[in-house]
This record gives sequence, C-alpha cells and structure tokens, in this order.
Amino acid sequence: MARYVAGRFAGIVVILFLVCLFTFVIFFTLSPDPALMICGKTCTPERIDQIRGVLGLDQPYFTQFWTFLTAIFVGRDYGSGANLIHCAAPCLGYSFQTNQSVWEMVVDRLPVSATVAIGAAVLWLLIGILAGLLSAVKEGTWWDRTAMGLALGGSSIPNYVLALALQYVLVVWLQILPFPSAVSFSDGPVLWFQSYLMPWVVLATGYACLYARLTRANVIDTLAENFMRTARAKGLPPMLTMRRHALRPALTPIATIFGMDFAALLGGALITETVFGLNGVGKMAADSIAKNDQPVIMAVTLLAAFFVVVGNLVVDLVYTTLDPRVRITAK
Amino acid sequence: MTTTTVLPAAGAPVAPATSARRVAGALLHDWAAVLSTAFLVLILLMAICAPLISAITGHGPNDFDSAAIDTDLGGLPRGSLGGISADHLLGVEPQNGRDILARIAYGARVSLLIAAAATALTTLLGVVLGMLAGFYQGWVDQVISRIMDFLMAFPALIFMIAILSSLPTGNRSVLLVVVISVFGWPYLARVVRGQTLTLVNREFVEAARVSGASTGVLVFREILPNLRSSLIVMTTLAVPGYVGTEAGLSFLGVGVTPPTPSWGQMISSSVGWYAVDPMYFAVPGAFLFCTVLSLTVLGDRLRAAFDAGEAS
Repeated sequence: MARYVAGRFAGIVVILFLVCLFTFVIFFTLSPDPALMICGKTCTPERIDQIRGVLGLDQPYFTQFWTFLTAIFVGRDYGSGANLIHCAAPCLGYSFQTNQSVWEMVVDRLPVSATVAIGAAVLWLLIGILAGLLSAVKEGTWWDRTAMGLALGGSSIPNYVLALALQYVLVVWLQILPFPSAVSFSDGPVLWFQSYLMPWVVLATGYACLYARLTRANVIDTLAENFMRTARAKGLPPMLTMRRHALRPALTPIATIFGMDFAALLGGALITETVFGLNGVGKMAADSIAKNDQPVIMAVTLLAAFFVVVGNLVVDLVYTTLDPRVRITAK
Repeated sequence: MTTTTVLPAAGAPVAPATSARRVAGALLHDWAAVLSTAFLVLILLMAICAPLISAITGHGPNDFDSAAIDTDLGGLPRGSLGGISADHLLGVEPQNGRDILARIAYGARVSLLIAAAATALTTLLGVVLGMLAGFYQGWVDQVISRIMDFLMAFPALIFMIAILSSLPTGNRSVLLVVVISVFGWPYLARVVRGQTLTLVNREFVEAARVSGASTGVLVFREILPNLRSSLIVMTTLAVPGYVGTEAGLSFLGVGVTPPTPSWGQMISSSVGWYAVDPMYFAVPGAFLFCTVLSLTVLGDRLRAAFDAGEAS
C-alpha cells in the first residue's frame, strides 16, 4: 500500500511538472511580451529592458522555467535595491498588474470557490442520488419516466443560460432574491445564503441530472445481481436488502465520479463565478485572461491541475476501502 | 488460404444492414427520438438556408435597423417581447436593431460547423490513437495512455480560454476546432483502447491472424466494425457537448469574434440587457438548449437501441 501511494505521488509530481512546462512554453511563445503590457503607453526601450530585467525575462527560457519552479519552494526576489519585491515561499509568481503575490490572490479567493463548490455538491448529491434511487426502484413508472426526462432536459441547459433565466425570474421579475454578490458569512447568514443560492442551484443542476441518471443505471444493474436475488430469497425485507446489499456496490462508482467533479470545481467554477460576479478563483482566471496577466493564468492552471490529480489519487485510495473486490485484485 | 481470410470479413456486412434497420425501426417508434430528429433537421435547414431567410425577411445578420429600436429608452426594441413583429419574427437586438432570426440562422451555421468539425477531428484522433494503443500495446500503449492521463488532468476550460486569448486573432473557428479536439480526443480514445484490448484477444481476430491476415485487414475488417455501435453513440453524444463548449467559449469572449454571429456570443452580449430585454437572451438560449437536448436525446435513444440489440 505504501509503495502504491509513493508511486502515485511520483506520478502526480511528473504530471504537475509537465503541466507547468507545457503552460510555460505555450505562454512564453504565444503571448505578447508581458514587459510591454506593464510598460504601458509611455514606453522607452530602456524602460522595457529594465522591466525585462526585473521580471527575469532577459534570461534564457530554461533559466526562467527553473526560477519559476524553485520559487514555489523557496520564494524569489524581483528587482533589487529599493525596488526589491520579495515573493514568499509558495511563490507562484507575482502579478505586476495587481501588485500582489499570486499565492495571496489565490488564498484570498479560494474560500469563495470552496463555498460555491461545497454548497452545490451538497445540493446535487442529495437531489441526484435520491431521484436516481427512486427512479431505479420505481423503474418504468410515470415517476421514473418524468424524472429521467427532466434529468435529460436539465443536463442540456448550458449553465450561463440557466443563470440568466434564474436571475431574470427570481431577481427582476418576482424579486425574491437580491442581486447576487459575494457576501461573507459574517454579514448575516440569511443574506449570505441568499447570495449563494443561485450559484449553487445553477452549478448543481447539470451535475444533479447526471448523477440521477448514473445512480438509476447503477442501482438497476445491482438489483439484477445474483447476491440480490439471494438476499430476497432469504426473505429479507425490501428496505433492508436495499440498504445493506444494494446501496454500496451501486453508489461506489458515484463516489469516484464525485471526487473528480468536486476536485475540478475547487479550481474555480469559471462560468458560474463570472456570470454571478463571485470573486472566486474561476473569476480570477477569467479576469487575468482578459488582462493577459500571465503569472496568474499560470498559477490558476497549475492549481486546477493540482486539484484534479490529487482528487484522482484520493478517489483511487477511497475506492479500495469502499470496494473490497478492488483490494483483492490490487494485491 | 485466401478464402478463410475473406470469410469473416465477407460475413460482416450482412449483420450491420439488419442491425441498422433494427435501430432505425426502434428510433422511429420513439416519439422523443422522432421529435429530436425533426428539430435537428429544422436547425440544419435553417443553417443551410440562412441567406435565403435573410433574402425573404430582408434583414441580413449585420444590418442595423434604427427604426426597430427606441433611442429614447436607451435603444430598447420597440414593441413588446423584444421587438417581435411581422417584420422581425424573433425580435431585434437592443441598441442596433439587428434581426435576431437572421443572426440565429447564421449563428447556427457557425455553431454546427464548429461542433461537427470538432467531432470529426476528435473521432479521428480518438479512434486512431485508441486503436494503436489497444492493438500494439506495450510501449505504444504506455506512451499514448500517459499522454491521455496528462491531457485529462489538464484544466481544459481554463487552458482553452488562455490559449485562445493569447493566440493572434487568426481564423477563430479553425482554432476553436483544433483546441477543442486536442483536449477532447482522450475521452473517446480511452473507450476505443479498452474495447480494442478485449477484441484483439477474441477468437475471430486470432483466427484471422493465424490465417495470415495483414495488420490492415485485422484493424479495418475485424476490429473496427465491432467498434461501430459505440462510436456512433459516443460521437452523437459528443456533438451536443461541443455545441455547448463552442457556445461557452464564445460566451466568455474567446470564441467566434463579432460581428460573426454565434449563439453563445449572442447570449454573452445579452448579459447586460437581461433585466430589461429578457427575450434577447431567451431566444438564442432556447435554440441552444433545444439543439443540445435534441442531440442528447438522440444519442441516448441510439445507445438504448444498440444495447437492446446486443442483449438479444
């Protein structure tokens, strides 16, 4: 087990390194010169050279990449003398457009993204799994057909369309909710809940529909298994067979997918955050892309990749405890 | 010798004809599938006949119509429901009065073309690389599988936006197709690889191999036909995803550049107006939703029909 985990960690490091390298090469060959962007309109060749020196852009590619990598572990300094800017240890770069360390920007915005992701996840797990279970048990009835029809429809709505429609109906027309904004919990729980309700619903809709369909399919497959027939033949009551025998094998695949989806969301729900103006990591990514703020784009890409690969590992580890059959084959 | 290699291959075309007829029959008896197909045909006709629609209504996709908007109200369309009238069947855009029907029709061209091209390219990449990995295994499989792991670990949306925004504004549609395909093919290749892995060891492939069939015959006559049903289903289900991705990227401002209309970009420009002119986002939103839904329903029913065939 320890060897397996160590191997997986090595794999993660390799993938993250490649993501770094790939992003680095693409941006530094394609993007317009960041020094030009910072320099602005009143620009002289000397000033550009100076900025390039401060940013380390006058160094060869490989040195720049190496500086970027080491900065993550030991930090780095930009410029010298009076203009020295220190970027402390987990240094993902320094945004000269906002004059902030990228790491600080991420830490500032991560709670908003986490709030959006966690709230939405609770919603979609509850609704998706319950609807899926009910549909599987009542397979072929009007409930099953309606629920699955709705699920197909719900997963087809692009989330920005749903976001605009909800905003129009709830905020402009019925005036039930205030205009959405990132209210912190200390400003009052009710206001906080109201401001996050629409982002949660919008984000959860697509996933809930997908999970309902997956749950239904898995439960129906499990109910047809031999051990379920045995359980029923033993005379166990239906609720008990469902709870004790069917749920675990049926929901284990859902747990896997959930881990991946949730990890991806921690890297920022880009569209939802942008539409609702929530200042999370996703909106930061969109903003920095619009302003071509390279260090921030690099950092967000790296962060999102980090969440995905770590999520992947966690899923695989949890899977072996959830599903004993995998544990046997793993040996 | 030659007869034995030809036999299984010659037998193959007989099965698909009946299975194609059976699947078509199953779909015809399903009102949801029929309705979806009808809607998709309508959208397709609309896209092909976009210039004709413009000629009939007399409004091009980029013609301003200052008579249809009310400058005293900040450029809101005159009349109710976003300016829907006999002249403008689906209303006009606020501020410049461009005809929404014409823009929807021309936008359908852009959206469908990009989605279809992206699907074709991902399918090609996915099938070729997936089959290579599954057929040759060993180090070929290792290399391709690692590339797939790497691409799937990538935060695709963020990266697509970043690449598209930093690339020079060349031919946006081609860029979109390439970028979507580069990040899309591993999902198909994974399935193709898995199926090829199991097929390679099946008796009929072994038999063909032993009787001296070349690699080309093995791949194209023995393995590929067996992947057909899952390929049809996966590509049908991929199209709505790509329609959505294109619209999403255009919505975020890195897709098709104005004045070329695309559905996502129309929705994007309606964001500032949703409170006063809800029809401006409702019309392209509804078209996008119905198209994605139709394609999803069709893919879903296709899968059900193929599954039923395998079970019987």
